[in-house]
Amino acid sequence: MAEIVKEEERAAVDFNNWSCPLPLADYPTIVMGHGGGGKLGNELVEHLFLPAFRNAALENLGDAAVLDLPAGRLAMSTDSFVVQPLFFPGGSIGELAVNGTVNDLAVSGAEPKYLSASFILEEGFPLNQLAAIVTAMAAAAATAGVQIVTGDTKVVERGHGDGCYINTAGVGALRPGINVGPHRAQAGDAILVSGTIGDHGMAIMSVREGLEFESQIRSDCAALNGLIADVLAAVGPAVHAMRDPTRGGLASTLNEIAGSSGVGVEIDEMALPVREEVRSACELLGLDPVYVANEGKVVFFVAPEAAPDVLRVLRAHPLGRNAARIGHVTAQHPRMLVARTAMGANRVIPTQIGEQLPRIC
Amino acid sequence: MKYLTEFRNGEIAQRMAREIHQVATRPWKIMEVCGGQTHSIIRNGIDQMLPAGIEMIHGPGCPVCVTPLELIDRALAIAAQPGVIFCSFGDMLRVPGTDRDLFQVKGAGGDVRVVYSPLDAVDLAAKNPDKQVVFFGVGFETTAPANAMSVHLAKRRGLTNFSLLVSHVLVPPAIEAILNSPGNTVQGFLLAGHVCSVMGYWEYPPLAGKYKIPLVVTGFEPLDLLDGIRRCVLQLEAGKHEVENAYERVVTFDGNQAAQKLLAEVFEVTDRAWRGIGVIPRSGWRLSEAYREFDAEERFHIAGIHTEESPLCRAGDVLRGAIKPAECSAFGKQCTPRHPLGATMVSSEGACAAYYNYGRFISAEELAGAGAALSGAAHG
Repeated sequence: MAEIVKEEERAAVDFNNWSCPLPLADYPTIVMGHGGGGKLGNELVEHLFLPAFRNAALENLGDAAVLDLPAGRLAMSTDSFVVQPLFFPGGSIGELAVNGTVNDLAVSGAEPKYLSASFILEEGFPLNQLAAIVTAMAAAAATAGVQIVTGDTKVVERGHGDGCYINTAGVGALRPGINVGPHRAQAGDAILVSGTIGDHGMAIMSVREGLEFESQIRSDCAALNGLIADVLAAVGPAVHAMRDPTRGGLASTLNEIAGSSGVGVEIDEMALPVREEVRSACELLGLDPVYVANEGKVVFFVAPEAAPDVLRVLRAHPLGRNAARIGHVTAQHPRMLVARTAMGANRVIPTQIGEQLPRIC
Repeated sequence: MKYLTEFRNGEIAQRMAREIHQVATRPWKIMEVCGGQTHSIIRNGIDQMLPAGIEMIHGPGCPVCVTPLELIDRALAIAAQPGVIFCSFGDMLRVPGTDRDLFQVKGAGGDVRVVYSPLDAVDLAAKNPDKQVVFFGVGFETTAPANAMSVHLAKRRGLTNFSLLVSHVLVPPAIEAILNSPGNTVQGFLLAGHVCSVMGYWEYPPLAGKYKIPLVVTGFEPLDLLDGIRRCVLQLEAGKHEVENAYERVVTFDGNQAAQKLLAEVFEVTDRAWRGIGVIPRSGWRLSEAYREFDAEERFHIAGIHTEESPLCRAGDVLRGAIKPAECSAFGKQCTPRHPLGATMVSSEGACAAYYNYGRFISAEELAGAGAALSGAAHG
């Protein structure tokens, strides 16, 4: 079923407003030659990647990008993106690939600067789809204020890939005086989340599984570096830990930080911001939104006295309007996440073993 | 959310719990039949809200849990065959057979797919005429109409490459088996609301009369469950034994008659083996003569299945309500959701998984401490 839906999804993408700079008449799809060192590969670089990502470091087309960085510590991160479908409500693999790495750098306390982008393309992949992805990456990079300075393209035989895989790596400059990490959460810390949880995972699931809900659920995919910069500018060292709760959702992130810091985490289920349509979809499928992926949310562990300021700064930012204080850190039950339910009972929320699986009934 | 948040109101829940405390003068043992109810009771901590004497016993109503290991091994063998697209609901994928699960079959090259409706599997069969599409149709009366519809449609569309690996089980014979089992202590039942939405509750008055026990049709939200428990306790205290409907917004006495008509056409009653419990006479459905050609067991003659249950696992005792999950010596030690020894630890509706996932392995003092700290916190 996934295969069928995927094809329909591709066909449904609207490329009317996009004009391909490539000689499409020759090759409307990726061929093995696009990954070789020859003319076809060069055309892809010259007519697609360069115009989209244009910046001084990239234009050298050297074997490595040569970068200017401020003195001090650097953060570096890498991530690979294999999402299906490639285009979904609220974004595409292109935005994900840029924002994912930008966010990993940002939650480390760094200011993201430069990214690399590597593509693994399947023979037969439509060029207009690649162009749409690259265009989305360029727009996401511009929004996040980062440059894509180096890249690579490989082509695999038909049947050996899933259309398009992307890897991005990125570097950023660490802000002086900021020292955050998953091991630094302390008893008493307030826990805040920057907005509604579960949007991305349910958006993907709704298109991937061909499920139709009354209102469309859109991915929350976004670059968080601006939002995080605002928070750090306001309260600086009061932020002890940050993380973007992507795969495994909020529950996995809170469990990871509880584990790394050797503390207990307590949240109030009633305080968790969840969109109505996401909650309904989760109910229908027997999923728990605390385990569903996000791509544009960040969880903060901050000194309790700074919490009101953090909440104010978050809510003033377009990406943080639904921010909420959801719990706190305790010295009790170390390495365990406990939620207080609406009924007033407590339940432990463990890390999931694998993917959440929809229930039979 | 309409019909959902209204039934999760903490204040009303506390009020209903207080009412149960007021009316309960003696200890009572009540079984919730359905795994979905077990899940909700443990997740929401309903059992912690009840008077000490009111004990909830978790019933056998988890379809994943009671599906015999032999059938799971058969499913794995079929799924591993070339040219087969094997479709299943999500939570069957992780159920271990004797030596592997469906995820491993998929990893080794089997075409295993999660679907949300058996009708999707029928469409898949129509689109892949060169493949054999098999749907793993397990479950109680709740999932049966959609499964029946799948073979009904396949027959009407003349699809010869669709089949159903079916192991349907029925609630009334299971209740009767529990009541007949030696040493039974269950005094009242919460009937499974979703099963009754299909079947109605016309099957139950004879049971209530014969065994002199109250049976209350109950939903799944916290307030539904508390209301079901309250009504059951009221009957027990008054010495009554009636069938009562505490899920009126979904369930009628007659149930869904169109579904029942289809079920009667597609299925026939048969003896069924229940994992951990054994064979219960006339406790399941299989495809009727008219639809036998769609039976995957007939289409794929799988021989040489050798099943082996873990000697440590006491899932059967858990499913009969004889022990609580934590009383099993393997619970949380050799047996965890990651390495389940029995199906009650695999399915999210299984009693063992519910206990494990919601932290019923940590001490009451630890949880109480967590609660005190949490309720004292200010939330922005």
